[in-house]
Amino acid sequence: MRLTALLTAPVLWLVVAYLGALAMLLVTAFFTIDSFTGNVIQQFNFGNFQDMLTDAAYKNVVLRTLGIAISVTFFCTVLAIPMAFYMAKIARPKTQKILVALVLTPLWASYLVKIYAWRTMLEPGNGVLDWLLKPIGIHSPGFGGPAIIIGLSYLWLPYMILPIYAGLERLPNNLLDASGDLGAHNFYTFRKVILPLIFPSLVAGSMFTFSLSLGDYITAQIIGGKLQMLGNVVYQNFSINLPFAATIATIPVTIMALYLYLVRRTGALASM
Amino acid sequence: MTISRNARMFLAALLGVGLAFIYIPLSVVVINSFNASKTFSWPPSRFTTIWWTKALENTGVREALKWSIFAGLSATAIALVLGTCLAFAVSRYQFFGREVISLLVVLPISLPGVVTGIALNNAFTKQLGMSTGLLTVVIGHATFCIVIVYNNAIARLRRMGTNLQEASMDLGANGITTFRLITLPNLASALFAGGLLAFGLSFDEIVVTTFTAGPGIQTLPIWIYNNLFRPNQAPIVNVVAATLVVLSVVPIYLSQRLSQDSTTGGRF
Repeated sequence: MRLTALLTAPVLWLVVAYLGALAMLLVTAFFTIDSFTGNVIQQFNFGNFQDMLTDAAYKNVVLRTLGIAISVTFFCTVLAIPMAFYMAKIARPKTQKILVALVLTPLWASYLVKIYAWRTMLEPGNGVLDWLLKPIGIHSPGFGGPAIIIGLSYLWLPYMILPIYAGLERLPNNLLDASGDLGAHNFYTFRKVILPLIFPSLVAGSMFTFSLSLGDYITAQIIGGKLQMLGNVVYQNFSINLPFAATIATIPVTIMALYLYLVRRTGALASM
Repeated sequence: MTISRNARMFLAALLGVGLAFIYIPLSVVVINSFNASKTFSWPPSRFTTIWWTKALENTGVREALKWSIFAGLSATAIALVLGTCLAFAVSRYQFFGREVISLLVVLPISLPGVVTGIALNNAFTKQLGMSTGLLTVVIGHATFCIVIVYNNAIARLRRMGTNLQEASMDLGANGITTFRLITLPNLASALFAGGLLAFGLSFDEIVVTTFTAGPGIQTLPIWIYNNLFRPNQAPIVNVVAATLVVLSVVPIYLSQRLSQDSTTGGRF
């Protein structure tokens, strides 16, 4: 009785407002539009999926988006591990608290502001990066693929640092000592002891960096130049051909579902 | 623990690089808001506070701020009620489909915003014949805010256990009194942290908002987005951006003062 009272409102909300909308979108993916009037014709067919799978342009967008999401995850991981390690194992308790706050704060700074910041950083010619790095002979990559990777890595870096930090905090120090006592060098200890033990944290972090990058389109719009990601294709088709936008939208959702399935199979989440 | 001095220095240097990577762009935003030049030029040759006064007087910014706060508060209020109910149900009862619910609740935040956005837009405008506006924005935001409150509330409820409530009931308090005097006070800081996060998420949201707001409503992120590529608005955009950077310290300060479990923001 009481359970029903607790469940009714939230479940109704999520099922009606959310699942319902998603289901309708999925159904729309199998419709087409009248090329003359632009109206949706409610006739079930696989035409959109055929178009999507046969047109090489879409395959390229998928591969490019995947490449960007993987690069972002890679850069975030490489940057996050040493930062999290210093925070968890070397910093004194007081410094530790400050460092955690320093890593958390940008999460609250607006998404748009952060990408806008990178627009001023990357601006070719008179951007901040050119001004900073010209003396050592490095130029800003300008707007395009590398800019998107930098921007997205910047946005999601804290999401990678925090789970790794949490994982390292739980890791007992004496394991590292034991490895050292047995003659392992720092790097060997890292590879053979630390890395396997924080693997679940890496997976948790990658779920943010990978999935958030996969569906993004605003970053590409602002600092991507002419480059398009999957999200941009969905966004552009939304107003002119909704069924096709819905069809394209199934790609990131499918990739994510697949990724989640793989993560589940490694059992990384269960041991978190 | 024995880590060689060199390794320590190396790691400290990498931490420094990481923090520089995080904070240089944010600093640029703040400095740029004082840049006297009307068009973008770096480094700034002169500084001024005139854009700050202009931004304060800008009606578009004020309107947008008003809508953002209103939408954020409404979505947070809905999420607090629905998320807490759901957390109670899942943590205190066994029922068929419990696993499904914990999946259902994270779905809105796990799927790409553009997918949620076009799904909601399609449902509201094409299927239900509603016009997009403040109501649809609030519904959209509340949908992905529920999980934030839910995560915070369920973590606290699991840790609290049921002993205190049982003791209260044994001493003769009825369900409502127990909830008011025992459960709610113990839950309050988790709900506050969840509410804060939900508000922050809604306040910053742009993608779902783009598809649910319609032409009449501009939240702050939408205002920034619409003015980002207008050269004559750049100084005002800089000030708004700088304000948002500076304000991001407030929730961190608040959550650091709260219990430890909320410092990671409950996003994990």
